[in-house]
Amino acid sequence: MENENGSGSITRREMLAGTAVAVTALAITSVTGLEAAPASPIVTPVESAGVSFNVNGKAVNLEMDTRTTLLDVLREHLHLTGTKKGCDHGQCGACTVLVNGRRINSCLSLALQHQDDSITTIEGIGTPENLHPMQSAFIKHDGFQCGYCTPGQICSAVAVLEEIKAGVPSHVSTELMGPMAFSNAEFRERMSGNLCRCGAYSNIAQAAAEVAGVTG
Amino acid sequence: MKFDKPAGINPIDQLKVIGKPTDRIEGPLKTTGTAKYAYEHNQEVTNPAYGYIVGSAIAKGMITRIDQSAAKAAPGVLAIVTAANAGPLQAGKFYVSRFLAGPQIDHYHQAVAVVVAETFEQARYAGSLLKIDYKKSKGSFDLDALKDSAQTPPPAQFGPPAQTMIGDFEGAFKTAQVKMDETYSTPDQAHAMMEPHATIAKWEGDKLTCWCSIQQMNWGVRDLAIILGIPKENIRLIASYIGGGFGGKGTVLADLVAASLAARVAGRPVKLALQRPLMFNNTIHRPKTIQRIRIGADPDGKITAIGHESWSGNLQGGRTEPATASTRILYAGANRLTRLKLAVLDLAEGNAMRAPGEAPGMMALEIAMDEMAEKLSMDPVAFRIKNDSQEDPEKPGRKFSTRKLVECLQTGAEKFGWNSRNAKPGSIKEGQWLIGMGVASAVRGAPVTKSAARVRLNSSGIITVETDMTDLGTGTYTIIAQTAAEMMGVGLDKVVVKLGDSSFPESAGSGGQWGAASSTSGVYAACVKLREAVANRLGLDADKAQFADGRVRAGDRSFALGDAAKNAELVAQDEMTYGELSKEYAQTTFGAHFVEVAVHAYTFEIRVRRMLAVCHAGRILNPKAARSQVIGAMTMGVGAALMEEMVVDKNIGFFVNHDLAGYEVPVHADIPYQEVILLEDIDPTMSPMKAKGIGELGLCGVASAVANAVYNATGIRVRDYPITLDKLLKNNV
Amino acid sequence: MKPFTYERAETLAQAAAAASKPGAKFLAGGTNLLDLMKLQIETPTHLIDIGRIGLDKIEPTPDGGLRIGALVRNTDLAADARVRTDYAILSRALLAGASGQLRNKATTSGNLLQRTRCPYFYDTNQPCNKRSPGSGCSAIAGFSRQLAVIGSSDACIATHPSDMAVAMMALDAVIETVKPDGKTRQIPISQFYRLPGKTPHLETTLEKNELITSVILPAPVGGIHVYHKVRDRASYAFALVSVGAILFKDGSGRIAVGGVAPRPWRNASAEKLIPIGAKEFASRLLEGARPTQENAFKLALVERTIEGILTENRS
Repeated sequence: MENENGSGSITRREMLAGTAVAVTALAITSVTGLEAAPASPIVTPVESAGVSFNVNGKAVNLEMDTRTTLLDVLREHLHLTGTKKGCDHGQCGACTVLVNGRRINSCLSLALQHQDDSITTIEGIGTPENLHPMQSAFIKHDGFQCGYCTPGQICSAVAVLEEIKAGVPSHVSTELMGPMAFSNAEFRERMSGNLCRCGAYSNIAQAAAEVAGVTG
Repeated sequence: MKFDKPAGINPIDQLKVIGKPTDRIEGPLKTTGTAKYAYEHNQEVTNPAYGYIVGSAIAKGMITRIDQSAAKAAPGVLAIVTAANAGPLQAGKFYVSRFLAGPQIDHYHQAVAVVVAETFEQARYAGSLLKIDYKKSKGSFDLDALKDSAQTPPPAQFGPPAQTMIGDFEGAFKTAQVKMDETYSTPDQAHAMMEPHATIAKWEGDKLTCWCSIQQMNWGVRDLAIILGIPKENIRLIASYIGGGFGGKGTVLADLVAASLAARVAGRPVKLALQRPLMFNNTIHRPKTIQRIRIGADPDGKITAIGHESWSGNLQGGRTEPATASTRILYAGANRLTRLKLAVLDLAEGNAMRAPGEAPGMMALEIAMDEMAEKLSMDPVAFRIKNDSQEDPEKPGRKFSTRKLVECLQTGAEKFGWNSRNAKPGSIKEGQWLIGMGVASAVRGAPVTKSAARVRLNSSGIITVETDMTDLGTGTYTIIAQTAAEMMGVGLDKVVVKLGDSSFPESAGSGGQWGAASSTSGVYAACVKLREAVANRLGLDADKAQFADGRVRAGDRSFALGDAAKNAELVAQDEMTYGELSKEYAQTTFGAHFVEVAVHAYTFEIRVRRMLAVCHAGRILNPKAARSQVIGAMTMGVGAALMEEMVVDKNIGFFVNHDLAGYEVPVHADIPYQEVILLEDIDPTMSPMKAKGIGELGLCGVASAVANAVYNATGIRVRDYPITLDKLLKNNV
Repeated sequence: MKPFTYERAETLAQAAAAASKPGAKFLAGGTNLLDLMKLQIETPTHLIDIGRIGLDKIEPTPDGGLRIGALVRNTDLAADARVRTDYAILSRALLAGASGQLRNKATTSGNLLQRTRCPYFYDTNQPCNKRSPGSGCSAIAGFSRQLAVIGSSDACIATHPSDMAVAMMALDAVIETVKPDGKTRQIPISQFYRLPGKTPHLETTLEKNELITSVILPAPVGGIHVYHKVRDRASYAFALVSVGAILFKDGSGRIAVGGVAPRPWRNASAEKLIPIGAKEFASRLLEGARPTQENAFKLALVERTIEGILTENRS
């Protein structure tokens, strides 16, 4: 198992390529800026930076505290409060949004990590006047109670159906090689990062089954 | 309106809207993220500062010094609130907790300071810059160690007496031919609702408005007034949507107090949410119990003696977990004993969590019944049926208003395929999985209480209901709309429901499974008044007027409902109050839970495969919402059975696993398709609605049905919840 | 969260060079680092976002194996057709970990470097030798049900929480790195994690500012691949015990175990006993274990989990 320098050539090539563009790259990388805290008695520099991305089809340019998570940008800066803060530590899934079509926990992502990304929140999935089929199915099957985990559940459920279509396997897939099909067990495993303390799970699975075109 | 004799036929009995499985009227808002929760009122409060609570780093002792210099100098910091500048604070009426420590620390993560800053990021960081020195003192954290010295508690609000004795329990138990005597334990549990406790507080002069997340607006106003020492009239609380509560947001907790104080000190509106890792030790929880159950019976299975004793702990002055409540009413038996004991602990306050008392009590009692059935070589369903009682077992002659426990058990057994259960544990295997079935009865009291509402009619025929009732996922918006629609003879599209504002008429609030039955009865009373007002305005005989299809008819005269408000809006307000029927009748909800589990033969991993609940819980106002309450409770019951425990570190004195990674609640993968059967039950002794609550019934007994199924699968009996694989391994001999 | 300056690296070289800035730390997916920064368990003052420097490909190596870029997301690694076919144990382990959302963001190198989930490590009010060297360990006399039974020390009984690393241990993966001066090296995964001893804060053999660039899987070894993760709830929970096994037709095999030690636990001399049985294998593998009263069940659980796997796959 001694393989020091075993395949160093590829790495060295990458390094050379990296060095070649490093100078230009440095020039365009946004670094830090200074911003006085408004209304603060002591003017102390805080770390801030700018970022541009797209939320629900709209371009957004923001200058913010570097520490701001994507979740807090959505809720506190853009007032898109449909995305919920349940735990702020990646343990509940209430903050689930789609980034470039993939679901993530927005609480464990700095806003600055999303330069040029396309973000879809629950507000971009559908509106009360124009519900997405998943939203309609949640209403029909009573797939929620208090409603707080619901936007995250719906974003996740929409993504899960796509993941199944794309053949991404799950922990409960009997065969790892596709094609994958919607089933109650597949759906429940894939949705397990979205807690619902009201316990609407059984109804959520029914709602998703309907959207997936599966009965039962 | 006073309800003091059983209800006759009334407009609710038309069942044109009531009793239908209506979709939630707020569904389009909740599913699109447009329903606004406490922290989200950005339109009403446009310039909030951010508050962040710093919790105590020790469990018991004193704060000796707080060095604020670094925190004050941090960017964006506007104010820091500690006991030193908070002004005098009292305890509220429902919780004994003090919501700001100092100099004394009562429990871990008790709030020590609130930092206010321009942004959330600044407030959170500045909180870490506070240098707090403590002097620790010795605390008590171990209920097991204190059990023998625990005291008889004083009578508590909503709790059963500390001791009840009927006949001669000790004598009858001694001479019983078949008996069991076992001790069980249930752990400290967290509500773990998805929305953290959160408040936006805004002062205008001496008037305080808080957007918050609490279940009882009336208690909230009362308690906040007492705590802050200001008049109730100066407080307005608003909680339009509540992201779950389960008893954990009964009334004022640290967030409301901290935000109110912080907004006053900072001179700015302040928004604040408890950070998840703080919630477990800062707020309230369902306390641990140790329960001893003794049952004696004749060889034919008739119970002759039943005794249930329970020990729990709490902060000084805190309530007892009333775990013996169900045992007083569920089964027959001439000789009975229940007893509660309370120890003083220096952990966060124990208080109400969904079906307080009954949920943990049934976790023990319904295992005991399973054990007793086995001793008697009886089927557990048959044993329970044999000991049904159609009268209050403590008060012979006092009837249940309705009681179909036997039918619940029989219906469930048939639907679930109970007869395919093998009574010999460990005898069914599929691949590497052992399969077992379990049953438990369910019982939960059905209180109704005073509740008021105001209804408005405008010229378009739109009915607007206003009450300070809350909807924490319970379906309240929808059943109140259904009630008003039924009463006024309109469709649901003509009803607007406004809830969760303390400036509205005072309702029963959400708790104790009384919310649905009580709040709709208040709306009923207000609608009766509105019907009279409409009839009067239109010159019709109120007793003869028919309200249907958006019209009012009497004899050959007919009007559009809105005509009554053509010149001016009609407003009616009333409350429903109650007489003595609840003393005359035992008013209770019943049910039965059936569970099938698979237990891995090698690892003892436990997975629930099937669940069925049969409920008998008064008129079901909305079967869709009621079913959801039940499946949600069944899910919580699976958590209680298999995973939920706030672990006490007895050296340090805190709940160690204080986040949602450490405190596991069920996930999607844990919960199979759940079936619920709602038996018909029209109970005219309850209210004109003839309804009862169901949200807590659904939880009572679930965990023991799971426990009994695990036993049936493995032959290993675990009496200490949660039932985890290490306990099965340990007892596997 | 402590204030920090932020730099979005565009190339590997830029990232490697930036690492020498005071208080700097690499940010990949962020699913563990940001969690820990919010609690001020991690307090970098400069973050180098390496999310866009490439290193996100899975490529064949000349000797028939795979080179997995450090920034390949866990979802993509688990779903890669070559991984699913030839390294199913790795797919299975990844899919048993975290949630769909987290796997979409978490990276290969971040997963390797994730820190323990010991609850005392996570509570900055409590002593913890790993978080705050020399402060003591609250876990040993405290709540230790989840924690290590072997490889631990009097200073620390934390476990490594990764499922992916357990599979990589069974696969004899090799970790490739680059240092700020551009020098690269390869570290076999068996030499990647340190045992705590008296220095539980030192978790890997990486040098200061050394950056993981890829993980190499040697050529496929065939066999039946199994990953059994044992936990209380059915998903989205860390392992009490996990077993990654590759079983060959002749009765031999490779078995790495998670949830029991500060690193994935594997032992060559124990593996010789796989053909004899789970009991013999497990007792050799866990020789010298020092469980607490609360976690002693893991010894029996490891053996029984393996027995279940062997029984199922040899029948």
